[in-house]
Amino acid sequence: MSGILAYGAYVPRYRLAREAISVPPAAGTGAETRGTRAVAGYDEDTTSMGIEAARVALGGHDLMPDALYLATTSPAYGEKNNSTLIHSVLGLDRSVPAIDCNGSFRSAAGALHIGLFRPARSLVVSADVRTSKPGGADERDAGDAASALLVTSGKEPVIAEVLATASLTMEFLDRWRVGTEAVARTWEERFGMEVYHDLGREALAAAMKKAGITAADIKHVVVASPNTRALRSLPKALKLNASDDFVASVGNTGSAHAGLRLADVLDRASPGETIAVICLADGADVTLLRTTELLTQRRAPVPVAALVAKPAISIGYTKFLEWRGMLATEPPRRPDPLDPAAPTTLRINDWKLRYTGSRCKACGEQHYPPQRVCQQCRSVDLMEAVRPKTGAGTVVTSVVDRLAWSPHPPLTMAVVDLDGGGRVQTEVTEVDGLELGPGSRVELTFRRLYTTRNGIHNYFWKMRPASEGRAA
Amino acid sequence: MASNGLRDKVAIIGMGCTPFGVHRTKSTDDLLVDASQEAMKSAGVAQKDIDAYWLGTYGTGVSGITLSKPLKIDYKPVSRNENFCATGSEAFRNACYAVASGAYDMAMAIGVEKITDSGQVGIPFVAPPTDGTRSEMTPTGGFALLFQAYAEKHGVNRDDLKAAMTHVAWRNHKNGSKNPRAQYRTVLDKKTLSCAPTIAGSLSIFDCGGLSDGAAAAIIVRAEEAHKYSAKPIYVKGLSFVTGPGTGQLNPRYDFCSLPEVSAAASDAYRQAGVKDPRKEIALAEVHDCFTITEILLMEDLLFADRGQAWRNVLDGAFDMEGRLPINTDGGLKAFGHPLGASGIRMLYECFLQLRGEAGERQVDNGRKLAMVQNLGGFPGEMVGYVSIVGSALA
Repeated sequence: MSGILAYGAYVPRYRLAREAISVPPAAGTGAETRGTRAVAGYDEDTTSMGIEAARVALGGHDLMPDALYLATTSPAYGEKNNSTLIHSVLGLDRSVPAIDCNGSFRSAAGALHIGLFRPARSLVVSADVRTSKPGGADERDAGDAASALLVTSGKEPVIAEVLATASLTMEFLDRWRVGTEAVARTWEERFGMEVYHDLGREALAAAMKKAGITAADIKHVVVASPNTRALRSLPKALKLNASDDFVASVGNTGSAHAGLRLADVLDRASPGETIAVICLADGADVTLLRTTELLTQRRAPVPVAALVAKPAISIGYTKFLEWRGMLATEPPRRPDPLDPAAPTTLRINDWKLRYTGSRCKACGEQHYPPQRVCQQCRSVDLMEAVRPKTGAGTVVTSVVDRLAWSPHPPLTMAVVDLDGGGRVQTEVTEVDGLELGPGSRVELTFRRLYTTRNGIHNYFWKMRPASEGRAA
Repeated sequence: MASNGLRDKVAIIGMGCTPFGVHRTKSTDDLLVDASQEAMKSAGVAQKDIDAYWLGTYGTGVSGITLSKPLKIDYKPVSRNENFCATGSEAFRNACYAVASGAYDMAMAIGVEKITDSGQVGIPFVAPPTDGTRSEMTPTGGFALLFQAYAEKHGVNRDDLKAAMTHVAWRNHKNGSKNPRAQYRTVLDKKTLSCAPTIAGSLSIFDCGGLSDGAAAAIIVRAEEAHKYSAKPIYVKGLSFVTGPGTGQLNPRYDFCSLPEVSAAASDAYRQAGVKDPRKEIALAEVHDCFTITEILLMEDLLFADRGQAWRNVLDGAFDMEGRLPINTDGGLKAFGHPLGASGIRMLYECFLQLRGEAGERQVDNGRKLAMVQNLGGFPGEMVGYVSIVGSALA
């Protein structure tokens, strides 16, 4: 049975209020000033957010993917495969392929399509970090997020089965990005909307015909499109009731959006309900799903509504521009971070990517990072691999270091005793304004610490203030 | 197996120390020439009399050539040492062993650092290829970790602890104001010191030792030879250097309320020197006040204060010039400044002056014959600790 096995989503904590955007909207791009957009933190990108979404999707059950796809229009690296890092952090077997589907917004629908028709379990991760030039529509209307769907066409029971799919492909000009440019150019948004309305209507009709259902059978409608106007208006044009499109609170998250909205629907849907997922990107891809009884037992441990409602950290417009590389600021009079050396890093992948320490088989002492000689009983090479029991821990002492180099000063560091044993000294993210001290609870999160002058993204685990009950 | 020490086996017959500060017109070479010339003059010896050299520098130069070239040392051994901020003490220690062993008759230990040419804030850091998991935390941040932990463990109100830190800064600045070689010679009032904006945790710039350029040197001979050169030689009574296992950052049993490397070095040095009651036997101590919070913890690790009480003793003035055990009479790292490689020998220089009665208006006169140098390097949890005790008389 083709369908969805599990799902998860991730929305960053930071929000930019649209009214804080002080560059006036470019003429002809609309003037939405209400609401907020989600902003990937200074230490996040599509890969790290994809990892957070994937950790949610793989939490609460023991189904591991046999293939991994990452769809994004904003990959952290070109040429280098980004899904490989997600693969390694998730601890997937090396025989499991990890493949980037980069470039166009249609890649997200395409990756899902591939996954739904492979018998093995495919983890389809979609993520985007989106903006435009200051004053452009994407800066205002877009948002940053990631979603992950574990899908199959095998024999395993699913939480939502595919009733039918339909796909239309048509060449026309709505948006495009040239070569090395960081942001897209667009045609008049209304033109694209008109074309997408027709494509969406036609593809949905074809899918409903295949499935033998009518519009009245559809309980939930999920629309995703880089054309925000089409995304928002299609359900009304088709006289269907859509779920929250999250544009007002999170923004149009591009590649991640279909998964994000579908996750939200799956958080709330009852068994036996029909969902239409309509992706409009250089064509239309429609997937009709029906939820099963299993859904109620395998909802994501972190619901989308909780991610959206979680107290946001507001950032100012200049900080937003700085984080997105639109505003170059004066560097501190401190040495730049060094490039992580390739051989040095490869040797410690188990620690750096999976937070694997060592436990002394003689006395049980845990060490993070792994040590060969036990700090407690001094046994040599009697270690076994160990990972933190919950991924959370308690602060012993902490410091806000205003002198240290950081892409988002000040740097917050904490000494943390991990639940179940072991201690780490770690950077803490998303502290903004929060007082940390002895007894504070924190949890692991995978981040991009910084990018060196040589363009190397240095990824490692940090802690963030804990929201107990979240997947660790 | 034991740390036997070399009580009364070697003596310091001469020392030199440049003023510390921002030396725009002096190079590393100049500082080395200045400090070594002063030390030789103080000992009444010439360069040809010195058989071997130990040069301590953290990052200002590599190899013995950093010293031999400016001094034009003719085909003598020059070792270059590095051990974080205890680099100068490490150079001194190795020179002492070389002389005590009989391998050489006379050795020079010299430390230097040229910090301010880098144009950067903090210590210019030289690191091997990294795996990218090391934090960018500064030393200030690393030592500021002690603040919350100490307040929590001992139930000290954070404002009281900060007040004690301010007292340390105030007193060391006051002491430094009487020292013509100190980097900072202004007496600052406590209000100014306590109101400065924080740069890491509860530490403001006034809680940090000054980073500076400077050099200091000592000339060492066997104790029985000392009077051939000097009427007032200073004898090494205890010499202990300890490197911790570096596990404080991964060991849940470390409480960030003490510096165990310093405790271990202190008890070893006291044993070597035969010191039973440090609070009554030590005339003064030059300690590593890299940050004011460090000095407070050091008082406990050196047994000058009971656990959890140092902050109170500090506020009571126990370690002021007139107190029961004067600390950092020359201004310490705080006011004298901190050229990493030179600092350990600078501390020794103050002990040398004090025990010889040459400290001028900051002379301590409590009748005790021993002085302590305590030097450390690294971060809480990953540290090297050094304690030496020197005295003006043979046992």
